[in-house]
Amino acid sequence: MTRRLLEGSEAIADAMIAAGCRFFAGYPMTPFTEVLEHMARKLPAVGGVCMNAESELEAIGMAWGAAATGTPAATGSTGQGLSLMQESLAEIALARLPLVVLNMARAQGDYFQATRGAGHGDTRTPVFAPADVPEAVELVQRAFDVSARWRHPVLVIGDYYLAHTAQAVNVRALDVGRRPPTPWALDGSSGGTGGAKLVSFLGSAKQRDDVGYDLADHYAACATASAEMMSGIAPLAESAFTDDADVVVVAFGTPARYVGAAVRALRAEGARVGYVRPITLYPFPSDAVRTAAQGTRVVAVYENNAGQMVDDVRLAVMERAEVRFIGGLSLDSSGFGIAPDLDVAVMRRRITQILEETTAPEGRRGAATVATGGGR
Amino acid sequence: MSRMLRVEGRSVVPTAQPPEEAARLVEDFTPELIDVGAHHLCPGCGEPVAMRTALQVVEELELVKRTIAVFGIGCYTAFSNNLDVEVLQALHGRAPSLATGVKRARPDTVVFTVQGDGDMVNEGLQEVVHTAARGENVTCIMLNNGVFGETGGHMTATTVLGQRTKTSLEGRDAAAHGRPILLASLLAQLDGAAYVARGAVNSAGNVARTKRMLRRAFETQVAGAGFSFVEILTMCPTGWFVETREAPQYLAENLGVVHTGGVLKDALGESPTS
Repeated sequence: MTRRLLEGSEAIADAMIAAGCRFFAGYPMTPFTEVLEHMARKLPAVGGVCMNAESELEAIGMAWGAAATGTPAATGSTGQGLSLMQESLAEIALARLPLVVLNMARAQGDYFQATRGAGHGDTRTPVFAPADVPEAVELVQRAFDVSARWRHPVLVIGDYYLAHTAQAVNVRALDVGRRPPTPWALDGSSGGTGGAKLVSFLGSAKQRDDVGYDLADHYAACATASAEMMSGIAPLAESAFTDDADVVVVAFGTPARYVGAAVRALRAEGARVGYVRPITLYPFPSDAVRTAAQGTRVVAVYENNAGQMVDDVRLAVMERAEVRFIGGLSLDSSGFGIAPDLDVAVMRRRITQILEETTAPEGRRGAATVATGGGR
Repeated sequence: MSRMLRVEGRSVVPTAQPPEEAARLVEDFTPELIDVGAHHLCPGCGEPVAMRTALQVVEELELVKRTIAVFGIGCYTAFSNNLDVEVLQALHGRAPSLATGVKRARPDTVVFTVQGDGDMVNEGLQEVVHTAARGENVTCIMLNNGVFGETGGHMTATTVLGQRTKTSLEGRDAAAHGRPILLASLLAQLDGAAYVARGAVNSAGNVARTKRMLRRAFETQVAGAGFSFVEILTMCPTGWFVETREAPQYLAENLGVVHTGGVLKDALGESPTS
């Protein structure tokens, strides 16, 4: 297949289908809507099913039912819709079912929801955060692989820019090896055998004599499985210019592209600045951030929110360097997560300010201020 | 019975001496498709009778090898892990959307939900209404006792006016608590609903009638005719705060006169079944 100029929404739809997704359900909400449009058009053509659910609750319920039959399934929404889905996400994890969930978010205020959420309980949810269309095509397919391999919901988080930016991309099926078998999948055929299958978040052990559910055992087993999954997923990050950097900037998703452009421009001018872009938000690439922080003075964090990932950066850096937040909520009046701050010049200014403050010795900084004041 | 004593006008079982013969199982009504007869439902509960009846129909129609039951959350969930048909456990109120996903992904299966009135009418009303409106080719079964039995007898959306619950102590009052939703009547108005009936398990006759309704509902699904729905009035003496033996009569005189029984709709068009 050749490269095509595709908007992120369409490329993500094509990538899901390439990954074998044959069931999708959703409820329109910007900027998730176009993914649903493309799935509604494309999925039936390959023998799949796309449902116009009556709400996000039913969307994830339908995907849950399809997933229980072993059909590769996905759903999605925008952060607010994901909030509605949290209860189901938690129970799908406890039912040990694979499911891919897209969050085409508005800005980056869903970092906590994505990395601390999926609802109640002790399970953890893997989160992929692509920064551009070709990466989204790859990570969406990885999400299906991880989800099938570990029988667990997996989140892919994007935004308005990813959904609506067109890039030349070649959507082809990723070779991830053979999918694990699905002996747990329901099709009715185990009925009447004395061992009919049960897919339940309350545990899949059948009752014997007078012993019913053992939730403590089931929940503990799920938490263990979730921890094993997390140690089995390699954290991903992109790092550049960090070896000799005085300042390292950490950002994820779309803003990371602006940060990257600003850092490259400053580097070209000789500034000792680098960046790290977490690609998996969970598991968080703590090692990459910690390594980048070695020998730096400041680790600066840009996010389009009031400061969420900065907590994980602090945990990774562990006071080896000063961590400063240089982001902040930036939204235009559309409410869709379009950020006036997403401008290379803005990033450059914020990074330059940190560079000036950290590279100038304390005494000279004070003297310069006095001199400037005296000159006026 | 001859060994019964009368004490202050009441019948009591004497315990001062061993019985003449040990207790024994006279008849086991557990259908083949229930792996373990043991459950934790209260004496006099109508749900095991309804469950048994539904499973008998699945067996008689020879659908066992292609049936998937989707369970809601309520007392009846006690049966979700001891059936010998495949079971998918749903969240409270959300069984119809899961059933939709199962059926759409595997159209060759026979899919039915088991939900209570709290599950289906309170928390999940939107789900069952849209599933019916879509004409989804699944069967939804509601066990309606007019209370949240599992939490201990609290008011639901189907509690009838005047019915005492722990959250309507003086009886459900229209001004204070609103009026009940008659779900079968509501669903029967939707074009996508092919079969809608309301039965009860408070007498042998009603159990037999309900069984015919369930059979018809499953036949509707197998024929691909659209959404089928059977509401079954069940006894909940614990949640109603009535004597176990009075519960069938209470059902007839209270829930039964509001949620009236019968076949409300049968799109297959053959002779009515009750």
